[in-house]
Amino acid sequence: MTVLYDWLIGPFADFSFMRRALVACLALSLGSGAMGVFLVLRRMSLIGDTMAHSVLPGAAIGFMLAGVSLPAMSLGGFVAGLLVALASGLVSRFTPLKEDASFASFFMISLAIGVLLVSTHGSTVDLMHVLFGSILAVDDSSLILMASVASVTLLLLAVIFRGLVAECFDPLYLRAVKGRGGVYHVLFLVLVVLNMVSGFQALGTLMAVGLMMLPATAARFWARQVWSLIFVATLTAFVSGYIGLVLSYQYNLPSGPAIVLVAGMIYLISIAVGPRDGIFLRLLTRRHLRS
Amino acid sequence: MGRWKAICYRGGSCGRVVAGGRVGFGLVEMTVSVPMVSLRDVTVAYDRHPAIHHLSCFFAKGCLTAVVGPNGAGKSTLVKSIAGLLRPLEGHVRLNGVEHRDVAYLPQLANIDDSFPISVRDVVLLGLWRRTGAFGEISKAMCDEASKALSTVGLDGFEERAFGSVSAGQRQRVLFARVLIADSQLILLDEPFSAVDSRTVADLIRLIERWHGEGRTVIAVLHDHEQVRRHFPDSLLLARELVAQGATSDVLSPANLLRARAMSEAWDEDADVCRGAA
Repeated sequence: MTVLYDWLIGPFADFSFMRRALVACLALSLGSGAMGVFLVLRRMSLIGDTMAHSVLPGAAIGFMLAGVSLPAMSLGGFVAGLLVALASGLVSRFTPLKEDASFASFFMISLAIGVLLVSTHGSTVDLMHVLFGSILAVDDSSLILMASVASVTLLLLAVIFRGLVAECFDPLYLRAVKGRGGVYHVLFLVLVVLNMVSGFQALGTLMAVGLMMLPATAARFWARQVWSLIFVATLTAFVSGYIGLVLSYQYNLPSGPAIVLVAGMIYLISIAVGPRDGIFLRLLTRRHLRS
Repeated sequence: MGRWKAICYRGGSCGRVVAGGRVGFGLVEMTVSVPMVSLRDVTVAYDRHPAIHHLSCFFAKGCLTAVVGPNGAGKSTLVKSIAGLLRPLEGHVRLNGVEHRDVAYLPQLANIDDSFPISVRDVVLLGLWRRTGAFGEISKAMCDEASKALSTVGLDGFEERAFGSVSAGQRQRVLFARVLIADSQLILLDEPFSAVDSRTVADLIRLIERWHGEGRTVIAVLHDHEQVRRHFPDSLLLARELVAQGATSDVLSPANLLRARAMSEAWDEDADVCRGAA
């Protein structure tokens, strides 16, 4: 019993930085789970990735102007992410370039600017910090930021849920009934950028998207409706955060990659044994039903 | 003009009367000249190449018109322009007595993401968007309406099924239920019978004929000329430009069809800038 306690609960009981990290994981999961599900449904899985990277130059500019200041870096990252999302959206709307291609182009520009800024004006340690985050070093203000982003995300998502689902499912029809699908799309992109910014403090710009996409793709093997997908994804994200933190504490691993790797493991397990189209289940139930 | 018939209540204003009508059962049947949809010199282009070119045509209130023509003739483009989804480069599309957002539009099935996790009932309820909007309440009565619409298209008890799990024909029935529930005066159907078996086609055509009987205006993009001859009184033959419009038997003549094919094949990648009306 004590072994179990020492392993699973001890670190959080003994150290406040572990408790903070766990709360940060909870806040991140609440926002990211839903974002990931909609990114997958919109077939924008990789666009989430590109948006995460595009946050970097903004954060770097914030860092240059104000040093290691969370508000400055977050605001910078938010503005940069939004600019890339907006520019890509406009290009894909008014030119024949598809959305993924225009996102990829702008994110490369953005990432290059970011790396340039960080490497000329900061040390490599800073760059590593921005790229990989440090969930064990989140302070009160970051926690408040993450909790606020999660709350805003869930509230706004509840308000625009029907519009967003309609826009994902049949955008042409929504346009025909003058449903202003574009508004929901833009609001959704804003939410994605917000969650990226919230995640990069803890997991870094590279890893933040991992906690968004992996739970969402894993959920696909367990649930069949938008709300249940979001529920499973959020739960998966939080469980990954918890197990990742425990592993990183016990084996002295960097916490960001540990968390994302646990999410990756859950994804692989889901592919294998998930009740919806999981591989094993399909092998086990080869005999078809009566017609 | 003046070819189409509409039934109006006595005393109701329905435009300039071209020819007098017969009185019977309190209704006056007369031929009117103000159409439900009118296109005036409309050009819609993709990458400057016109998909429909200087098209002027009319659809009378209550008409049942098939839009036919070879591939790439601009049929879908025409329907999308009427639905307000495409903005013409030149000319204008006017709707009379119906707002753009009140038009019931059935997109091609291929444009819909059928792997999306949404229930059949929710798809049908999208047809009530005009009433519910993005935030309005969806009442029990509305769900009952959706069930009734599903039952009308022969899908009793399909409410909870996932849209992606039903067959292509059943999916098309679901989309027809969505049109049905919208209760619109102007119904636009873009290739409603592609990838659908003959029994489903027969059922759906019955529904279209019911809409026609209720005085709704129905415009459908179709490929099967036999089907059009049998069920659609009016036709519009399109080959980027108007080839013919009117009674189906006149429009679908071998000469017209041949002309339409020749016109649509004359695609010139290096065409000059068009400087005048066709």
